[in-house]
Amino acid sequence: MANKILVVLEQHEGKVRRIALEMLSLAQKLSAGNVIALTFGSQAEETREMLARYGADQVVALHNAVFDQYSSDGFADAVKQVQSAVGADVLFLPATAWGKDLAPRTAGLLGAGLATDCTAVEIGQDGRLVATRPIYAGKAIATVVIDSPVQMFSLRPNIQPVEETGRAGQLEDIVVTVHPEAWRAKVTAVRAQGGGTMELTEAEIIVSGGRGMKGPENFKLLDALATELGAAVGSSRPVADEGWVPHSYHIGQTGKVVSPNVYFAIGISGAIQHLAGISGSKYIVAINSDPEAPIFKAANYGIVGNLFEVVPAVTDAVRKLKTER
Amino acid sequence: MKILVMVKQVPDTATKVRVQPGSTSIATEGIKWVINPYDEFAIEESLRIKERHGGEVVVVSVGPQRVEEAIRQTLAMGADRGIHVKTDDVLDSQTTAEILAAVARSEGFDLIVTGKQAVDDDAAQVGSLAAVLLDVPQVTVVLKLDVNAEEQRLVAERELEGTIEIVELPYPAVVTAQRGLNEPRYPTLPNIMKAKKKEVRVETLEGLGIKPQLKVRIVALSEPPERPAAKILTGDPVEMAQQLVDLLHNEAKVL
Repeated sequence: MANKILVVLEQHEGKVRRIALEMLSLAQKLSAGNVIALTFGSQAEETREMLARYGADQVVALHNAVFDQYSSDGFADAVKQVQSAVGADVLFLPATAWGKDLAPRTAGLLGAGLATDCTAVEIGQDGRLVATRPIYAGKAIATVVIDSPVQMFSLRPNIQPVEETGRAGQLEDIVVTVHPEAWRAKVTAVRAQGGGTMELTEAEIIVSGGRGMKGPENFKLLDALATELGAAVGSSRPVADEGWVPHSYHIGQTGKVVSPNVYFAIGISGAIQHLAGISGSKYIVAINSDPEAPIFKAANYGIVGNLFEVVPAVTDAVRKLKTER
Repeated sequence: MKILVMVKQVPDTATKVRVQPGSTSIATEGIKWVINPYDEFAIEESLRIKERHGGEVVVVSVGPQRVEEAIRQTLAMGADRGIHVKTDDVLDSQTTAEILAAVARSEGFDLIVTGKQAVDDDAAQVGSLAAVLLDVPQVTVVLKLDVNAEEQRLVAERELEGTIEIVELPYPAVVTAQRGLNEPRYPTLPNIMKAKKKEVRVETLEGLGIKPQLKVRIVALSEPPERPAAKILTGDPVEMAQQLVDLLHNEAKVL
């Protein structure tokens, strides 16, 4: 029997993240015609067209304004009610900050097993799903199955292809009983964080600096390259610990685990924890003055040289390529 | 203020992970075991809350004999006592949460604090699952925590993609710690001596009435594929830069 997949996603001002479309594309591939998207908030219905284009057969838009502000216990209870109403036996959530907070709370309520931060989900021989997930920040790759009736997966952003499959995206009216006065953990405000505006875990290109940058003032070289590339800026752990950049820049086993198309490691020697965090990158470029630096063993392309000369030259070369096109 | 801190012992992050051939586990020979780095932030925060509001910090950890060492380290940092749920079984997040919830029920608590995830299985679930089992609210990936003891409420800042979210909630509650929450202290020599005399109570799964029944099962484990040897460029910076951009554009096709 085909799985009925409920794709739980967040929207802001009627827009969704790329990971939402990745999840729908994957769900459609695994169980064509059985994909239900669930989204929250007063602008939830505005996402319908977009969700349909990328693979939602049905859309449940919980447009009650109480869903404009996130509550882990309130939202998990709503997901549970929708899961039961539509009879979904598989749930996909994004492995974003939002999804990683909501997924285990929902799994607990449903008594469902949850595989976190999966990079692939396939159909196994018995018709149940089989997921691939990096553990030890990518130092090992686990294949996991879930032994509960409802199977839950959170999906790592920037891994799945996005495909326009053009489904009906019919709005489903599901009545959810909400008691917002009983919601306990409530978001009361959101503010911008210091540092880069582009999220590392979702970025297609990352420009990252380490101790070789010699000081916080030199990160402007990386900002300039990142601007040309449309990239996010990250860092190794020591420079975040030194306070050269915010903690949110830190990439590695105890920081962010990233999977861009290209990762530029600049002045980063390549500690094992850092290499783990970037191992999901499709291409790694290392720029370092020390030819013996371990980063070169992990890289696809390496430049041995003075980064203070090389980085501006790369910025110029990228600019030239863009103007030629 | 009674605070339970859930701590996991994990391989040091400097460990080169090797898969035990033909198995679904890693080779453990020569591994240095440490407290999960995110759990250190949880311990530190709990100690600071106790210093401000009084109370007790009790550390709970699940695992084989070696886990006692991790508990002793937290006692040397200043925790009051420990509970070691001793088992050699392979557990998943749900079973671990059930164990911790059973301990929490018998101990009672105002706060449960733990790391946002363990750096071995990277599941990031135990805190939330325990919160559901105990029917208390949660706030995860916390960068800043204010405790209002008078109103029994928490105000927390949590990290999202590029933004900070302010969450308010009543306690009892579960809080999971992110790097940046604080700077964990080092144990001092007098505290290391004192820690030897502090109580570490041993519990068993049978004693807690827990029968492990895995919901998430690893069926295969492998090491990641090696990357092919790098193309290394040397020479004039401008020429190298041009070559690199050509390679990324024409060969890798990513620019």
